[in-house]
Amino acid sequence: MRTVIGLEIHVQLATETKLFCSCSANYFAAPPNTLTCPVCLGMPGALPVLNRRAVELALRVALALGAEVQEISRFDRKNYFYPDLPKGYQITQRDFPLAVGGTLAFRVDGEEHTVRIREMHIEEDAGKLIHTEDGALVDMNRCGVPLIEIVTEPDIHSPREAKEFLRALRTLLRHLRVSNADMEKGELRCDANISVSRDGELGTKTEIKNLNSFRAVERALGAEDERQRELLARGAVVEQVTFGWDERAGRLILQRTKEEAHDYRYFPEPDLVPLVVTREWLERVRAKMPELPWVREERFVREYGLSPKDAGVLIEEPMRADYFEEVVRACGSAQEAAGWVLSEILRYWKGDSPPLSAEALGELIRAVQSGKISRTNAKETLEEAISSGRNPMELVSEKGLSLLADEAELRRVAEEVVAENPKAVEDFRAGKKQAIGFLVGQAMRKTGGRADAKKLSRIFLEILGSN
Amino acid sequence: MDLIGVLEALSQGKTALGEIIDGLWECIGEVEPTVRAFLSLAAPEDLKRRGVKLAGRTLRGVPIAVKDNISTVDFPTTCGSRFLKSFRPVFDATAVERLRAAGAQVQGKTNLDEFAMGSSTEHSAFGPTRNPNDPERVPGGSSGGSAAAVAAGEALAALGSDTGGSVRQPAALCGVVGLKPTYGLVPRWGLVAFASSLDQIGPITRSVRDCALILSVIAGHDPRDSTSLPVVPQDYVTELEGGIEGWKFGLPKEYAPRELGTKALALIDRWASVIEELGGEVVEISLPLTEFALPAYYLISSAEASANLARFDGVRYTVSVPAEDVRAMIAASRTLGFGREVKRRIMLGTFALSAGYYDRYYGKAQRVRTLIAHEFAEAFQEVDIVFGPTSPTPAFKLGEKADPIAMYLSDIFTLPSSLAGVPAISIPGGKVQGLPFGLQLIAPRLEEMKLLRAAYALEGDLA
Repeated sequence: MRTVIGLEIHVQLATETKLFCSCSANYFAAPPNTLTCPVCLGMPGALPVLNRRAVELALRVALALGAEVQEISRFDRKNYFYPDLPKGYQITQRDFPLAVGGTLAFRVDGEEHTVRIREMHIEEDAGKLIHTEDGALVDMNRCGVPLIEIVTEPDIHSPREAKEFLRALRTLLRHLRVSNADMEKGELRCDANISVSRDGELGTKTEIKNLNSFRAVERALGAEDERQRELLARGAVVEQVTFGWDERAGRLILQRTKEEAHDYRYFPEPDLVPLVVTREWLERVRAKMPELPWVREERFVREYGLSPKDAGVLIEEPMRADYFEEVVRACGSAQEAAGWVLSEILRYWKGDSPPLSAEALGELIRAVQSGKISRTNAKETLEEAISSGRNPMELVSEKGLSLLADEAELRRVAEEVVAENPKAVEDFRAGKKQAIGFLVGQAMRKTGGRADAKKLSRIFLEILGSN
Repeated sequence: MDLIGVLEALSQGKTALGEIIDGLWECIGEVEPTVRAFLSLAAPEDLKRRGVKLAGRTLRGVPIAVKDNISTVDFPTTCGSRFLKSFRPVFDATAVERLRAAGAQVQGKTNLDEFAMGSSTEHSAFGPTRNPNDPERVPGGSSGGSAAAVAAGEALAALGSDTGGSVRQPAALCGVVGLKPTYGLVPRWGLVAFASSLDQIGPITRSVRDCALILSVIAGHDPRDSTSLPVVPQDYVTELEGGIEGWKFGLPKEYAPRELGTKALALIDRWASVIEELGGEVVEISLPLTEFALPAYYLISSAEASANLARFDGVRYTVSVPAEDVRAMIAASRTLGFGREVKRRIMLGTFALSAGYYDRYYGKAQRVRTLIAHEFAEAFQEVDIVFGPTSPTPAFKLGEKADPIAMYLSDIFTLPSSLAGVPAISIPGGKVQGLPFGLQLIAPRLEEMKLLRAAYALEGDLA
């Protein structure tokens, strides 16, 4: 039996204003119904005007996916009644979408997969219902926020693949600066179609709507995959139905059967003229395309000598990749920058911005490289700087963590250690060369880690050799 | 006296705005109880007071009536529907904005068939308007209130809206001038949509030159309406007097069928002679697709209307009927809020767009529409102007056309040009059975100047 999955993904475009009016599209945390106007409220007599910036962001995605941008696309009305849909129809593109075709490649456990894109179109978002004890309230802030819908071919063959595809898409969308694509915030939403086929014959597909996290995508598809396989295994029939997903209960919820399917009565939107994407416009968009994640990954390997694995982790988030490159510029060493970002910074990176400025980290790395501070102390300082929000080099000088550069001082400490540890000295002279390590450790303890171990070891050899 | 006459008298100091307003209100006092053209009216004192500041502008503070599906911030905009009984827009329609900027004031809002669906103004939720020529008869529709107000002398001029004849047919039935501009010439911002791909705002006036003046004010691109054409405003008044010498006028034989009756046909003959007397040439042409305009129009306009009116769902606006769940609330609200004709068209439009029927109905209607546009384009290769009657009959009696199809047939001559998006005007063409009978002139796309010039030339000789 083979699992076949296709995805329909909605992406909120990060435009300043909505798709058909000049209201702010940044509705997150805005008080209900404060970002509205006659157009997005669908008031009688108001008319939509297409936001060209939204088209440009959509075109970036189309170009990145290698899709064929249609010179002429058209808007349609999708009719259905719902209180959060103020016009009673959604403006979308159905018969003539913005772009068709294209592919997205991604890796699952090091193995490369490619999913074909069927089509990509622009549409407007609906509002939101807020359920209270006294009934449902409507918040229209989200009405008219621009979305693109990306429809894949059924080229995905496991829930895990579906999840990894979505991750790769999110990485792409973030690199293109078209969307923050945060699933938890609803900026990236996924509906999935899944069917299990027996011996090559096409199975009946079911749909799972509103998957709002990567985990939900994998788990819901896993549950449905299992359900269909189990049905088929005992000779039962899979019905064509639509499910929702209850993340908390980890359960599929039947939403509607085939008989209850909506007839959306699509027809061309008469309030808008066809969208014409001229070659010139497309070229202007192409010229301003940010670097694509896979191009950047390759460049990191080539230009900075990183391993493909490290480069891959760095480009997962464009901000991470940007940060890495800033640190490289600040410290002058790509290897050091990669090491510090991957093994230290990522542990602390939780929010939208890096936990420590690239300049501050670069300075700290330079201090380690020039022998001003030990690596161990630098790491500890980093942690403290991040938790206190202070500059790490300030902490270094405040706590006197700078390495003892004075040769005479180091020699004085070493002589003290030699005097206090006759047993170790004896061992060394008896041929136990590793006793040197013990002596260095003692000296490090005395200096609070501020000494350079290599230097100390040389000094011990000099002292013990001369005696 | 027409609007331009009034403006000239005002500029020469022969009269004052106050006198004009008093005159209008005197007439309103007299006929409005019978005609019932207005759904709301300004207070004449307010108009006089505010008019003082407008004396220096083109329209000198004169009041103009506005059909009640055109948004105004200072009056409710009901669309003749219970759903919008208490709805007051938060913005002015572009056409109203431009009229105000030119110095006009909104006199009041005129009655109409609910959401502009109808040809008699009987389908208003607030009662019918009557024809000032004969109160037993309808004023036509859907801009019946605007046409009746101008014909009765209650208004100097009015705005109407025309989707399939809603300016021209009432103008014809009331005996005034009504223009439907090229689709896209007058912005639709603020016009409550009935059928978005057909709706156009147009003037209803006492004379052709008034019509040209109002059009000059309201026409021109508006970035808020994506379907508004990128044309710069033009002064349509200055070139009215060029005459029609050497112009070719085509009379489609489909517009003069025997069923019109001898009196109407005799009138059409007279129009032809007048055209020839004025130096024009009359040729018979054929627009064989005319008979398909009616089904195509009702499918397309109803399909668009079914979506345009979906926003009246009980969540917002005047009518909201509580029910056990959302679906029941929507159904109950729409059942109560819409009148029969509107429901009929919503159902027709919903059906025409349904899965499995779309191609057979809506799709086919769109193909017919394209062919009709081509047919006009071809006709205009041959002639300058197409002419014929505006409506097959003069004003009919209230309640006479209870059968919706009989009512729809009232628009058979206005529907084709609506579908083609070309401009058309109705001017008084004489009388049939003692009632006004309109002459319709149709011109190529954006040839309003030509259309108005022809209408202006004929107007004097037909009166």
